Amino acid sequence: MAKKRVVSIKLNGDPVEFLCEPRQTLLEVLRDTLDMTGTKEGCSNGNCGACTVLMDGRPVTSCLVLAVEAEGAEVRTVEGVACGSHLAPVQQAFLEGAALQCGICTPGFIMQTEALLAENPSPTEEQVRFYLAGNLCRCTGYDKIVRAVMCAADKRRAAMDD
Amino acid sequence: MRDFDYAVPSTLTDALALMAGASVARPLAGGTDLIDHVRTGRLAPDLLVDIKKLPELNRLEASPSGLRLGASVPCWKVIASTEISRDYTALVDSCRIIGGIQIQNRASVGGNLCNSGPAADSIPSLIALGAQCVIASKDGTREVPVEAFCTGPGKNVLQPGELLVELKFPARAVRSGSHYRRFIPRNEMDIAVVGVGASVTLDESGQRITDARIALGAVGPTPLLATDAAQALIGQAFDEVAIAKSVAAAKAIATPISDMRGTAEYRVHLVGVLLARVLKAAVARARGETFTYQPGH
Amino acid sequence: MSTNGKPKYKVIGTRPIRHDGVDKVTGRAKYGADIRLSGLLHGIVLRSPHAHARIVRIDTSRAEALAGVRAVVTAADIPPQGDRMVELGEGAVNMRHLSANVLAHDKVLYKGHAVAAVAADNVHIAEEACKLIDVEYEVLEPVLDVLKAMLPDAPVLNDDVRTDVMGGSPAASDRPTNVARQIIFTKGDVQAGFAAADVVLEREFRTGTVHQGYIEPHNATAMWNANGKVTVWMSTQGIFTARQQTAELMRIPVADVKVVPMEIGGGFGGKISVYLPPVAAALSKKTGRPVKVIMDRSAVFEATGPTPASYIKIKLGVTRDGMITAGDAYLAYEAGAFPGSPIGPGCMCVFSCYDFPNARVEGYDVCVNKPRSNAYRAPGSTNAAFAIETVVDEVCQQLGIDPADFRLKNGAKEGVRRVDGPVYSRIGMLETVEAIKASEHYQSKLAGPNQGRGIASGYWFNIGLKSAVTATVGYDGSVTLIEGSTDIGGSRTSIAMQLAETLGITAEQVTPSVVDTDSVGYTDVTGGSRVTFATGIAAIEAARDIQRQLVIRAAELWEVDPSTVTYVDGGVSGPDGKRMTFEELAHKLPETGGPVIGNGTSGKATQAGAFGTHCVDVEVDPETGKVQVLRYTVAQDVGTAIHPSYVEGQLQGGAVQGIGWALNEEYWYDDKGSMRNATYLDYRIPTCYDVPMIDTILVEVPDPQHPYGVRGVGEVPICPPPAAIANAIAAAAGVRMKQLPMSPPRIMSAIWERDAAK
Repeated sequence: MAKKRVVSIKLNGDPVEFLCEPRQTLLEVLRDTLDMTGTKEGCSNGNCGACTVLMDGRPVTSCLVLAVEAEGAEVRTVEGVACGSHLAPVQQAFLEGAALQCGICTPGFIMQTEALLAENPSPTEEQVRFYLAGNLCRCTGYDKIVRAVMCAADKRRAAMDD
Repeated sequence: MRDFDYAVPSTLTDALALMAGASVARPLAGGTDLIDHVRTGRLAPDLLVDIKKLPELNRLEASPSGLRLGASVPCWKVIASTEISRDYTALVDSCRIIGGIQIQNRASVGGNLCNSGPAADSIPSLIALGAQCVIASKDGTREVPVEAFCTGPGKNVLQPGELLVELKFPARAVRSGSHYRRFIPRNEMDIAVVGVGASVTLDESGQRITDARIALGAVGPTPLLATDAAQALIGQAFDEVAIAKSVAAAKAIATPISDMRGTAEYRVHLVGVLLARVLKAAVARARGETFTYQPGH
Repeated sequence: MSTNGKPKYKVIGTRPIRHDGVDKVTGRAKYGADIRLSGLLHGIVLRSPHAHARIVRIDTSRAEALAGVRAVVTAADIPPQGDRMVELGEGAVNMRHLSANVLAHDKVLYKGHAVAAVAADNVHIAEEACKLIDVEYEVLEPVLDVLKAMLPDAPVLNDDVRTDVMGGSPAASDRPTNVARQIIFTKGDVQAGFAAADVVLEREFRTGTVHQGYIEPHNATAMWNANGKVTVWMSTQGIFTARQQTAELMRIPVADVKVVPMEIGGGFGGKISVYLPPVAAALSKKTGRPVKVIMDRSAVFEATGPTPASYIKIKLGVTRDGMITAGDAYLAYEAGAFPGSPIGPGCMCVFSCYDFPNARVEGYDVCVNKPRSNAYRAPGSTNAAFAIETVVDEVCQQLGIDPADFRLKNGAKEGVRRVDGPVYSRIGMLETVEAIKASEHYQSKLAGPNQGRGIASGYWFNIGLKSAVTATVGYDGSVTLIEGSTDIGGSRTSIAMQLAETLGITAEQVTPSVVDTDSVGYTDVTGGSRVTFATGIAAIEAARDIQRQLVIRAAELWEVDPSTVTYVDGGVSGPDGKRMTFEELAHKLPETGGPVIGNGTSGKATQAGAFGTHCVDVEVDPETGKVQVLRYTVAQDVGTAIHPSYVEGQLQGGAVQGIGWALNEEYWYDDKGSMRNATYLDYRIPTCYDVPMIDTILVEVPDPQHPYGVRGVGEVPICPPPAAIANAIAAAAGVRMKQLPMSPPRIMSAIWERDAAK
């Protein structure tokens, strides 16, 4: 068996070290080694977006990243979105907008939306839909998700104006 | 997933030495195809050589003499580059639709090329833009035009121990424009049923085509340079007659298979539909008009 | 919109934040795969590479020898079932078939059929071990098409299947067959009906095999304790049916199995049948350790679900002025590997939106070498709706009748008898058509060339079945609500709201919990659009039980006769203007005897069924055949919307699943029976970039069988979309699509045929 390696990352702001095999994906390590099960596995090949995390600020499907590749990276997961007991505007918008049904895709959508709004604080509906196309939801028909993202954008802008 | 070892060299020399080593080595750039292929057993490497830390493969240099694009530069950096967005629009069109945003943050153009899928979205653009592959091994480097790189589905000219280092593009000609589009059943997240890339150069009047390169994806075992389709345009006024001739020539070299993504007949038909649309957009861009590609439509 | 002078509610109709919401937006909610137990082993299932083969030999010795492997199981480790049928909540199930589906006995019947399983220290070792299991197959010819499977010389999948002819007449033959069931319904005089028609149209349709597509793969973690008690943690639509299936499959007492519900990442009918719990249990029994098994996405596609491909022929007779005189329908549905397609509901739904004076329906359940079919949102109804609703549209086009008007003339209403027998009670089919007809969408003009508009209706029964809840009043005025209905889309809140409404408190005062099978009374599946209805009734009953007890407590406090105290407006009122709110009284419970616990069950109530009518605008690219959905409106009779946001969500989600079914989703098999598109890349469910906003019109025709008029809403919205889109395509491009999905190459072919015919 290939030698295990020690990998150091910053996870939701905190330095974390873990031991992993080269064949373990970042998703597997997050969930099974670091017990961060908020990141979900839906397809294992980058097509559903449920495992989306931010790596150095950019959304990636963690099922297609080897954990060893994350060495030195800043990784942000759904567990790191809320600030203490205060939900982020995106989370609040999803709650208020009923933008989830079963909720399995929600962490991925929230991470992808975080990235979108950091990049483009005022997206159009078209831009939202294009940016979120790599995140599949089978329950909602996307209507309330897209509305929640637009609403989150408004909330964030309002928070920044304050 | 299969057991394999992992190395992350910091110099090209070290990387080439690893690639030339005893075990079955595969270079790892974005990994968005590779990791899935290892997981599903399509590939069985003993060693993954992470090439993302190699300076030569991270190059993104646009100059008056052209563009040098390192093989591991992720799609998002291509999309974010002002120079590429201005002068090599077809490549940006491609990069924007390779997977979703998450994939584009990892996947590289070099990796898309080395994966050598017949339907790879970046390859027709690379061919249309006249890109050259710079390939290194511990014995030296060689250059291969992109249209000669792929040799079959998933196969290419890379020999054991060789590594694609960068892609070199000629400078954009004055009054030239390029575009890539594909046809997919959904609007995003699909493999191209057919993909067409084209680059055209116009004369001073903006009416006559002085140069053109056209490439087709997903209609043969490899992406194709459609020489006759381009020749049908060169020296001609850009009009429906010229487009029809180019389309006929492009369809003539398309030898698609029938599969779950479409029948051969449908794919040949799409070559014509897409080429006409691509040429109009490329010409519009050559004329300095704004054309924004709305994927899926 | 409201179609009646409905009472004003305080909680019902509002939009509180769902109780499990924060956990689900922060990643804290625990789904099936998220369980962690000490000593946990990981299981992987070895699956058949062949669609149809006899298993000659299985040798697991090399796998067992691999370091880190703890156990290997095959069908030999699952007790034999013999010939027996067991009632599993939603109907009787052939246990031999169910068992053979969990781990193949002597034959594999579809690619992906489970053959063996390994438990190891981690998934990677388990995967490697699977590759070391040697299985010798004798490959047989597969049959993959419903009509081919019905031919007398077709390869037969199951030696024990004979045609079950409904209506008591003996099976035509004692030969093994793929035709598991024949259904015939008749009403009136069909021949005379067609003779009275001015227009008779007959059309044939095909629909592809499609999957529920829930994002969370199947999972199960089992611990077989030394005392013989088995605990299963899993995401399932029904903890009690999962418990019973697991117990029956392992042939242990039901009481020895406890199923602990984890959060469930979508089901749509596909997470009722068990696949993994017996496998995990068998592995746990062998190892003495908990074993977690999770399917990968390919296994989900290849071995679970799907809903069947079908062949349907419809004949419709209509008078010149647009009155239906007769209908004749022939439906053949693919059951997959084992009998049990939704041919029954398909036959019952095909003519259900209309008043057919004369009709005949003939249906067949047919085995083919595909995964055993399972329920998918209004199972069987969407296939049928695609066929009947496009024929109706074509008739309207021929007669120059507005399709909404045709439905208003012929639509089903209270008192109409369905072809299969039942007579409708108060239903809202006509109201949904009226809502669409009056909508701004339907009234608006199309914006450009190559665009078209279509409408279609759909029906689903909605079931009642059994539910139980327990509610405990906290001394601080809160209520904890214990239920057995797993929450797939906000049902904790819609149940809590009904309890709150009945007690006159706020939804936020109620804390709902979904608990395991040892902790709550028997509750049927979250399916059949039943939870908000039936578990809602149970919650209302529990609230009434609490009311009765609180009245007695108040009477004690006030020292008055209980008959002089009433529970009203969120509190108790007694003689001489005595009044205590629920909260005030709750504070006094410790001094009046302690806890107040209300129990409620629902078991007898049935639902009246629900209807929806959809309107869609599409644009067809005449050069590529690709369809863009431009605008979409769903009108549905929702009875009473408890939480309108989640009702809208059901309508929107169902519509988009229907759009996927209509345009792109299908299993793509090669001639060896291997599914070539078992990934989300090539099994194309809609992305958000593929669809517009989905407008909803909540038509509220209360169901008299529920105290607040609730009607199940989950299933109907998937029925109309394929037909509505087909009708819109016909309007946009002049081609009638008769095969699902209406993919770009198929539409292009139809356009070429249209042009060739000109």
